[in-house]
Amino acid sequence: MTFAWIRTWQLGVKSLLLHPLRSLLTILGIFIGVASVIWLLAIGEGISLKAQEQIESLGADNIIVRTIKPSADDENSSVAYGITREDLGRLEVIPTVLRAVPIRELRQRFYHNGHKVEGRLVGCTAEYAELTQLRVERGHFISEAESKSIENHCVLSAEVARRLFPLEDPLDQMIQVEQDVYKVVGVMKHRDATSGIGGSLAGQNFSNDIYVPIKTVEKRIGDMVILRRQGLFHAEIIELSQITLRIDDVDHVLETAEVVKRTLAKQHGKKQDYAVTVPLELLEQARATRLMFITFMGMIAAISLLVGGIGIMNIMLATVTERTREIGIRRALGAKQIDIVMQFLVETIVLSVVGGVVGVLVGLTCGPIVVFARERLEAWIPDTMGNLPDVVRSITPVIVPVSIPLAFGISVFIGVVFGLYPAIRAALMDPIEALRHE
Amino acid sequence: MRLAAKLENLSKDYVLGAETVHALCDVSIDIPEGDYIAIMGPSGSGKSTLLNLLGCLDRPTSGRFFLGGDDVSKMDDRQLSNIRASRLGFVFQSYNLVPQLTVMENIELPLYYRGGMTREDRDRCRELAEMVGLGDRLRHRPAELSGGQQQRVAVARSLANDPQFILADEPTGNLDSVTTEEILALLDRMNDEGRTIILVTHEAEVAAHTRRVIRFKDGRIQSDVIS
Repeated sequence: MTFAWIRTWQLGVKSLLLHPLRSLLTILGIFIGVASVIWLLAIGEGISLKAQEQIESLGADNIIVRTIKPSADDENSSVAYGITREDLGRLEVIPTVLRAVPIRELRQRFYHNGHKVEGRLVGCTAEYAELTQLRVERGHFISEAESKSIENHCVLSAEVARRLFPLEDPLDQMIQVEQDVYKVVGVMKHRDATSGIGGSLAGQNFSNDIYVPIKTVEKRIGDMVILRRQGLFHAEIIELSQITLRIDDVDHVLETAEVVKRTLAKQHGKKQDYAVTVPLELLEQARATRLMFITFMGMIAAISLLVGGIGIMNIMLATVTERTREIGIRRALGAKQIDIVMQFLVETIVLSVVGGVVGVLVGLTCGPIVVFARERLEAWIPDTMGNLPDVVRSITPVIVPVSIPLAFGISVFIGVVFGLYPAIRAALMDPIEALRHE
Repeated sequence: MRLAAKLENLSKDYVLGAETVHALCDVSIDIPEGDYIAIMGPSGSGKSTLLNLLGCLDRPTSGRFFLGGDDVSKMDDRQLSNIRASRLGFVFQSYNLVPQLTVMENIELPLYYRGGMTREDRDRCRELAEMVGLGDRLRHRPAELSGGQQQRVAVARSLANDPQFILADEPTGNLDSVTTEEILALLDRMNDEGRTIILVTHEAEVAAHTRRVIRFKDGRIQSDVIS
């Protein structure tokens, strides 16, 4: 019995090697199917993990309230808009809120010794560094004491420091912002830009930031911003750009978000000048999206496997016709129908298993290849790549472990299913007719 | 005398469109063990149909066919396959070797369907190859051999499973006179060893090697002459 089996397999491989190109093309069909299952699932997983990671970096126990500019045709629009210090006071007292961290952002120009940098001035408190995962390179971030003070101290992001002080040590130097002069007390490490996550939260680029105590901004710059638009001056009054609320327990986030929304709605009425972002909600949405993504990718992959299977069937039908005479000979020499079925089935299984194994191996290279291709494309067509959404640009596939046995199993299954019909057709041939076949 | 095979009122009809063709009508033959029979007749006389029935490749429409003591006419495909694998040897006009297999593998092929091969079987197959004069060509493929050599491989193959019955369908039809004699000598030798041989032929010289000539016409036995 074992002997017969070894012979069957040997014979199958031998028959396949008789038509190397044909076998190769058939294997290619299955290989592409299997590799695409693994690739598509890995890419889908990579994208959704990235999104989840970004949302998680906002903190699942946070609620973020941001000022947004009301649309111009909003009849309630006025010079003053956005969240106010009064709002902060109201939100701070919600019992489930551990603390509320306000910031105020402004576009500004920074000068030192003839160097000029246009960037973002961020008025914040000591907690801001922890909240946005900023790390200190030298000196220190805005301290607790400085947060409450109105001292002209500032902390530079790595890029601003490099551009304002190309040759000098920035620590304890002075920089100029509008008419005021600020003393540099710290320099931060480089922080990669975060990408936007749906909803109201745009991506954040930290590279042109300088940080000063929020009280200082209030005192030195004030809430009024003068903009020049089409030759006209235009004033805006914004008290706070963002409040990040940390909630005492993840389980309280959703209820607290409701309270926050209601509180703000009462204050702002119909004015659409703020947005509440709940990372936890986004996280749940992202998880649902991930499932959808996996289903979708899986379907595309299933189609390519199906095409591979049809390829196998096509080849095997041709092979069976071509070998009709051989089938007749074997039948005359005593081959049972099941022997003929097995003979052809073994061939399709060999094809699909080889295709499956190669597909899995190539599937595993998904990560490095996608990253490599992405880097090449960025070097080659930086403009086009730059316009792509951030999730796509920073895509890093993550292989879903279950996709490997799954893809392999499906490929073997497809080999058997699509090989069965040609094999049965071969076995059901009339031996006499088959022997007469030219 | 024991019978190797017995045909009782064997008939075979084929339905071709609206017409029924009576390929074989009411044929009864007793074939003793060790017999050497030539079946002759014009084309369409039913000799191929008879050979297919004798070779268990087909089932009769009516009548009975005993091989040894077993009634083959009622057997299913699986049982017929087993009979072919264990008791019958075939030699065809067009050799019918499997092109992708070597000489040795072709000779061993029937054993494979009989359910495995022992070391003795393998040795015997090598002896058979030597007997037909191809001991030095074991690893060749059929395409590398002449017609006569291919037919000798086919003869060796028909003996691999040590059958009681050899069925030869115009075994020398494609061969020149010298190789025809070689093949017939092999068949004679097989008959001398006690095997029953039935061969279909048109050629009187081939029929002259046999002991008994059965002529067919229109699906019936025309004559049955024992020389």
